[in-house]
Amino acid sequence: METYNRKMGLISALPLACVLFLAFLAPLVVVAVFSVMPAKVFGLLHMPDFSAYAVFFEQGYYRSLLWSLGMAFVSTFILFMLCWPLAFAMVKIFGRFTTVITVAVVMSLFVSENIRLFGWVLTLMKGGLFEGYFRLWTGIGFESPLYDVPVIIFGLVYVYLPFMLFPLAQGIAMVSDDLRQAAFDLGATRIQVLLKIDLPLAAPGIVVGCLLSFVLAAGALAESKILGGQAVIAIADDIETAFTFGQNWPLGAALSMILILIIGVLALIGISRVDLDKIMGRKF
Amino acid sequence: MRTSRAMRICLYAYGCLLIVFLYLPLVSVAFASVSKARYLTFPIKKYSFKWYSVALESSTVSELFVTSLTIALVVTVFSLIIAFFGALAFARYDWRFRTWFQKLILLPIFFPQTVLGLALLMWFNSIGVIPSWKTAVVAHLVWIAPIATLIVAIRAYSFDPALEEAARDLGANTSTIFRTITLPLLMPGLISAGLFAFLLSWGNFPLSLFTTGADSTLPEWLYAKMVSGYSPLVPTLGVASIVASLTVIGATLTLIRIFRMTRE
Repeated sequence: METYNRKMGLISALPLACVLFLAFLAPLVVVAVFSVMPAKVFGLLHMPDFSAYAVFFEQGYYRSLLWSLGMAFVSTFILFMLCWPLAFAMVKIFGRFTTVITVAVVMSLFVSENIRLFGWVLTLMKGGLFEGYFRLWTGIGFESPLYDVPVIIFGLVYVYLPFMLFPLAQGIAMVSDDLRQAAFDLGATRIQVLLKIDLPLAAPGIVVGCLLSFVLAAGALAESKILGGQAVIAIADDIETAFTFGQNWPLGAALSMILILIIGVLALIGISRVDLDKIMGRKF
Repeated sequence: MRTSRAMRICLYAYGCLLIVFLYLPLVSVAFASVSKARYLTFPIKKYSFKWYSVALESSTVSELFVTSLTIALVVTVFSLIIAFFGALAFARYDWRFRTWFQKLILLPIFFPQTVLGLALLMWFNSIGVIPSWKTAVVAHLVWIAPIATLIVAIRAYSFDPALEEAARDLGANTSTIFRTITLPLLMPGLISAGLFAFLLSWGNFPLSLFTTGADSTLPEWLYAKMVSGYSPLVPTLGVASIVASLTVIGATLTLIRIFRMTRE
């Protein structure tokens, strides 16, 4: 039985492993090699000179990296604060309403994020849904909040909400009700229960949710382009420009590498601490 | 648990507010799609379906739909095959590199999609493949196949391996076991994974952006128009894309119902 399991495990893993080796890990190696090539070459057979990394510091690309990381951090924090009570209610309080919320959130994921962000532009712009009707009813117009940093963070929070909500709910489902009840019976306050029981026991879900939101927001492009206009340049935007208008693949590759390294380290630390069998509910 | 009535009402209201928050932008898009004016302002003065008929007649629009649909269908088929086996390796069999495999699958999900698209563009370039809708299928698979695998794996976790072992003891070979036990048991997971694969591919933009070459998908076209200025066709095609997704969801649910009825 054991050898059968071993053999079948390896064979069944092959298709997905092949896809990931050929179309995920191999491309990452190519990016790494491209990033050390001299400027503006399109092949890999040149003497490496690391000049693209020097450009990162000299030409202020670190600023867009800091903006992206900063906005990702703020939106992750806001997402955690927004989603925690809701995820808690979904697991412990709402009965059937949880299904309604789950379906509503999942369905929203199926609409291209472009269309949803564009919807916010139509809602928030001058002469948009909010301002247009406000002016119609009160006669007073107001400035549109679009094309500024807060609205980009708003867009990140909007788009990545499901990636925080579901892992948090999954984490909270691991907190035992009996344990909370026992703590309350022994005279613990709500705050104590939150700090000593809820947060530590839901930690795997919190780690996955925060990591996922942060990583995806740090590499986001559409939010800053569609909602933010040119208010700030996100690092993904710089990377895109280097490839398209700049025609400088090594620079784009170097910028990508820096982002990949930061995200990769965070993701590896997070993923290595999480027991997937436990989170996903292994029964046998 | 001790939750006061007021607290409960607040939480329910919060949940409802979230749903409004999620769908409000789509309401704006829907309104915009039936505005007659070339430059949109709210409140809308004249409603008309003019832009829908413009979209129906345009050959660009039908090309966009065909490309997106082809990619989504091919991605769905491949994802299902990969996810069926992947989920068994993930959840069912105990083998030496299982935990490694589980973590490898998560990596592409924890990865910015735009950067992944660019990495694939460089990779295709360096091995001499010209980007087209086919390369976009590969790009979508890198992200969607792991997600489909996780969805099927949740289902695979809840079935008892003893069922398979019993069949084997009674002399069934591997392919018979797959056909008569594993596949039917995983079916609900496979259906939702297929639905996810199709819809995520249909709506995906960041991966398509760099990997479709001369072909263009619907979300890509919408993005190009949004960034370069307003076109009255953007809300119209946005709504059309959502209607297409809803149709697929509806069709899948109906199929499931028919499937269940014929079994009873």
